[in-house]
Amino acid sequence: MSWVSKTLNSTLGRKVLMALTGLFLILFLVVHLAGNLQLLIPDGGEAFNKYAATMANNPFIKVVSIGNFAFILLHVIYSIILSRHNKKSRPVGYSITKASSNSTWASRNMGILGTLLLIFILVHLKGFYYEVKFGSIPMTSYEGVEFKDVFAIVSAAYSNVLYVAFYVLSMGFLAFHLSHGFASAFQTLGLNHVKYSPLIRKVGLVFSILIPALFALIPLVMFFQN
Amino acid sequence: MNLTLKIWRQKNNTDKGGFKEYKITDISEDMSFLEMLDVLNEQLSTKGEDPVHFDHDCREGICGMCSLYINGNPHGPQQTTTCQLHMRSFKDGDTISIEPWRAKAFPVLKDLVVDRSSFDRIIQAGGYVSVNTGGVPDANEIPIPKSIADLAMDAAQCIGCGACVAACKNASAMLFTSAKISQLALLPQGQVERKIRAENMVAQMDAEGFGACTNTGACEAECPKGISITNIARMNREYFSAVLSSDTV
Repeated sequence: MSWVSKTLNSTLGRKVLMALTGLFLILFLVVHLAGNLQLLIPDGGEAFNKYAATMANNPFIKVVSIGNFAFILLHVIYSIILSRHNKKSRPVGYSITKASSNSTWASRNMGILGTLLLIFILVHLKGFYYEVKFGSIPMTSYEGVEFKDVFAIVSAAYSNVLYVAFYVLSMGFLAFHLSHGFASAFQTLGLNHVKYSPLIRKVGLVFSILIPALFALIPLVMFFQN
Repeated sequence: MNLTLKIWRQKNNTDKGGFKEYKITDISEDMSFLEMLDVLNEQLSTKGEDPVHFDHDCREGICGMCSLYINGNPHGPQQTTTCQLHMRSFKDGDTISIEPWRAKAFPVLKDLVVDRSSFDRIIQAGGYVSVNTGGVPDANEIPIPKSIADLAMDAAQCIGCGACVAACKNASAMLFTSAKISQLALLPQGQVERKIRAENMVAQMDAEGFGACTNTGACEAECPKGISITNIARMNREYFSAVLSSDTV
């Protein structure tokens, strides 16, 4: 085994891959949210549709989106590898554990939260990404130029109470996942410092509440506007 | 105090084992937890039964020999070693569950005794200084700031009891290994073997079958010596700067 694969297969190496991919996905959330917030502009979806077209045609975004899929996949694959390894590390469990006395619920259930988020991502991709890319989608035109009416698809989805509930609930899972994941990624990367760690924890907490809340706000607002 | 004890009994490494209940009466709340078990064992011996096997040595909280997973926490409800845990931490009529450390790398030998030699092998992989550092140096002869020496001392407080592994949901030994790597990485004497130490000790930790870290912080919360998880972050830095820059291919 070369030193590279040896390092990446060590428990530390696998954790660093989790941290790096996780941090990328955190960054992606911000960009994605910035795009989504345009759904709330009261212009019948013009700004959002134009934005969607720019994203779909920009070669740089295309590369990043492939990277994004790859990182989601890596994050999932390594979480499975690590969870299996961790399970094997304690073949006989305890009859009583008071885990809540020494750690937070989210930190112990990242796997469950992650699985729920994966289900959300798959449903989300099928509903929006797949439809926009490969499905038949209504067109609309602004100043004589044709655009895919992505806004119409989103608006239709967000008029379904079940979908909105599923979305909001999933953002709750995201909040818990981030509440541990954000600061945890920095710790794994070795960034633990008296000056910066308290700040990282605070930013992580604000991030984990604010970002999912804003994501959840969009379908809620659109549902009640409909 | 009158108590009900639910104790894990296991004949040997291959035995399946199971819980057995014991009633124990007239326990003084000033007894240590281990003294309470001594009383139980005396009673069992008198009756001709096999006493409960458990690890203990100094009974001063400094050797790291005592273990026991008591009522769902390593070393019981207080952040201390089991020998320093007193019966006043419990109430009359309590049922106390006592289990061995549970980890693949800590196989049960008998009852509550586990084999922690995996920790020894991690130390053997590099947790020492093999270069000649000479005799006891004069005070302030070695150029090291007090704050750094303090950090090294904090890490060196680890007594290798294994509570971190027992507490961790992944049975990870990262708090132990990181404390051992840190105490030497921080000191001038540890610099010569700094890289190879980090690489070898992490490799041995993995080879022993310990889990990975999820940063739950349970280890730090349960450590009787208050070893901080900042050591784990330091180990990660040490390990990656070592693999990226060492000559080991």
